[in-house]
Amino acid sequence: MRLEINDTPTFVGTASRAPRPDAPSILMIHGAGMDHSVWTLPARYFARHGFNIIAPDLPGHGRSGGDAAATIESIAAFCTDLLNALAVKRCHVVGHSMGSLAALSLAGEGVIAIESLSLLGTSAPMPVTDVLIDTASSERMKAYQMANAWSHSQSGTFGANENPGYSNFNLGQRLMERCDEGVYAADLSACNSCARGMDYARACRAPALVVIGSDDKMTAPVRGASVAEALDNPQVVQLDGCGHAMLTEAPNAVLDALIARISPAT
Amino acid sequence: MAKFDTLSLHAGQEPDAETGARAVPIYQSASFVFPDSDTAAGLFNIERGGHVYSRLSNPTNAVLEERLAALDNGVGAIATASGQAALHLAIATIAGAGDHVVASASIYGGSHNLLHYTLSRFGIETTFVNPRSIDDFRAAIRPNTKLIFAETIGNPGLEVLDVPAVAAVAGEHRLPLLVDATFTTPWLSRPIDQGADLVMHSATKFLSGHGVVIGGLIVDGGTFDWEASGRFPTLTEPYDGFHDLVFSEEFGPAAFITRARKEGLRDFGACMSPTTAFHILQGVETLSLRMERHVQNAQLIAEFLEAADGVESVSYPGLPSHPDHALGRSLLPRGCGGVLTFTIAGGRPAGIKLIENLSLFSHLANIGDAKSLVIHPASTTHHRMSADALASAGIGEGMIRISVGLEDPTDLTDDLKRGLRASQPRPKR
Repeated sequence: MRLEINDTPTFVGTASRAPRPDAPSILMIHGAGMDHSVWTLPARYFARHGFNIIAPDLPGHGRSGGDAAATIESIAAFCTDLLNALAVKRCHVVGHSMGSLAALSLAGEGVIAIESLSLLGTSAPMPVTDVLIDTASSERMKAYQMANAWSHSQSGTFGANENPGYSNFNLGQRLMERCDEGVYAADLSACNSCARGMDYARACRAPALVVIGSDDKMTAPVRGASVAEALDNPQVVQLDGCGHAMLTEAPNAVLDALIARISPAT
Repeated sequence: MAKFDTLSLHAGQEPDAETGARAVPIYQSASFVFPDSDTAAGLFNIERGGHVYSRLSNPTNAVLEERLAALDNGVGAIATASGQAALHLAIATIAGAGDHVVASASIYGGSHNLLHYTLSRFGIETTFVNPRSIDDFRAAIRPNTKLIFAETIGNPGLEVLDVPAVAAVAGEHRLPLLVDATFTTPWLSRPIDQGADLVMHSATKFLSGHGVVIGGLIVDGGTFDWEASGRFPTLTEPYDGFHDLVFSEEFGPAAFITRARKEGLRDFGACMSPTTAFHILQGVETLSLRMERHVQNAQLIAEFLEAADGVESVSYPGLPSHPDHALGRSLLPRGCGGVLTFTIAGGRPAGIKLIENLSLFSHLANIGDAKSLVIHPASTTHHRMSADALASAGIGEGMIRISVGLEDPTDLTDDLKRGLRASQPRPKR
């Protein structure tokens, strides 16, 4: 689905299904250097079960135009504008990594009604090493290699993918290589400068889920656990042996965790 | 990322969680039990990872596929029943009636048959070009061209493909470049790193390495922008056969390999047997060790033949006399493979005598075996080609192709000496 948000051409993944006005909606917010396609498997599940999928390419990412947002709050504001444009009053929100911070911001600000909040590979704050930010600015291809390596667990590097025939490691690399100049650096800076993540978590009253990869080197398990402590009685799922790239390293476990949070009766 | 030899042994596999089996188990099962009906529906609808039916995917095959994707630096791979099946699957995924392919004239005879005779019956035309002429590739492109296809080292002409240059032409026209890397394997050449978008292998050859199975692989580099090209509706427009799924939207860099599996493997059905995948995996585990020896032996044999009586010429890119020697050193720094050709004095009759007097070299239609092999291409692998096509592929009546195996090279040269002596007229006393 393509539409204009704040005069910016915006692509929204819908799992190839047209939105229905009476259906519940799920907003899915991707991470730094990614696009909506990271959500394909869970999006297809929830679309088949009657949900409207709203998985945007954030400004500057994927098929969307504009510049990458400079702050997490700007990403959240974009998402609010998107939901308003689609006349969505209430929705479930799912975010991965940078997208989890934006999801927290949406929940904490209370601008929209959130039915559930699912945070994958999260951390608040989400500090990013200067080395990676600087490299993303000066040698983005090298930064993608660094980040891709750090995003995978040891076993994730070798694969044994649940999804037959794919190399998750190379897929992650290729997806980031599609980013335009400056986008990844802007994403990393936005993550690094977000100071209010824990405030948002404490303010959130929506039923929550935190999914933690035990081998996550980008958002350490202890940081995800801290976010969970700040939320109101969240479900916490730890994926043993899984890294930050949990949507590809453990797609089935992530989907099961999301089902348990979003539509347990399905 | 782990290094090549480590990936050769570990990519795509962890020790079996149920049994602790270290080797990749052969999952000799046609189907896989669904835990519940919703999971079954989810597997069919591409919501979950897992297996449904071994024509579509199989756990043993999946290890091989992921391993080759890792070794070739691709986003995914599909194991097929043969190399020919891999080529057909690649073309059928992006082309149909009314479309056009530009292909090197120096390719495996079976590939030439498929492109020239068989696919033309289904409305896909091919223009064959000299693989050494980048301008010929460019000139052959039409508005309906969907693919450029060539081999890393031509068969049997042994032309070294200038992959970066051909990839640049493909890029100018927003066309994907498919490279058959059977002769080189990922150990000697990774075409995706040099600009190709798709790679295929006849895994029957060096990947398997022991001449025991037939199989193929297609690898997607995930580098081609199908949407920007605007020529590939099978990947960029809703697909009726999968509830209007738009592959490029939902699978991004993996659009091609996903459509190839969800349509081509499903509908044409040229899947690999899991037992075959197991055998190929055994070969891949020792790929670099074997390829090093293949290359060493081939170089020695090429040098021996170049100095031997009764040999008019030798073609091997590792020889300074080969026109692509410099290009080979640049693009194939680990060596130019294990296959070479030579032209024997006395033409076809002398070639027959040579072949029939060899004992270590087996006379058969294959390459890439651990054992040394020999064949006369004009009368066998390329016999359906016309005289003009043979000439443009550089295949003469006296050409002999050998695939150099892993035997002791002095035993191989002794065998060739015997064959050459028998093939040539005895000097008058």
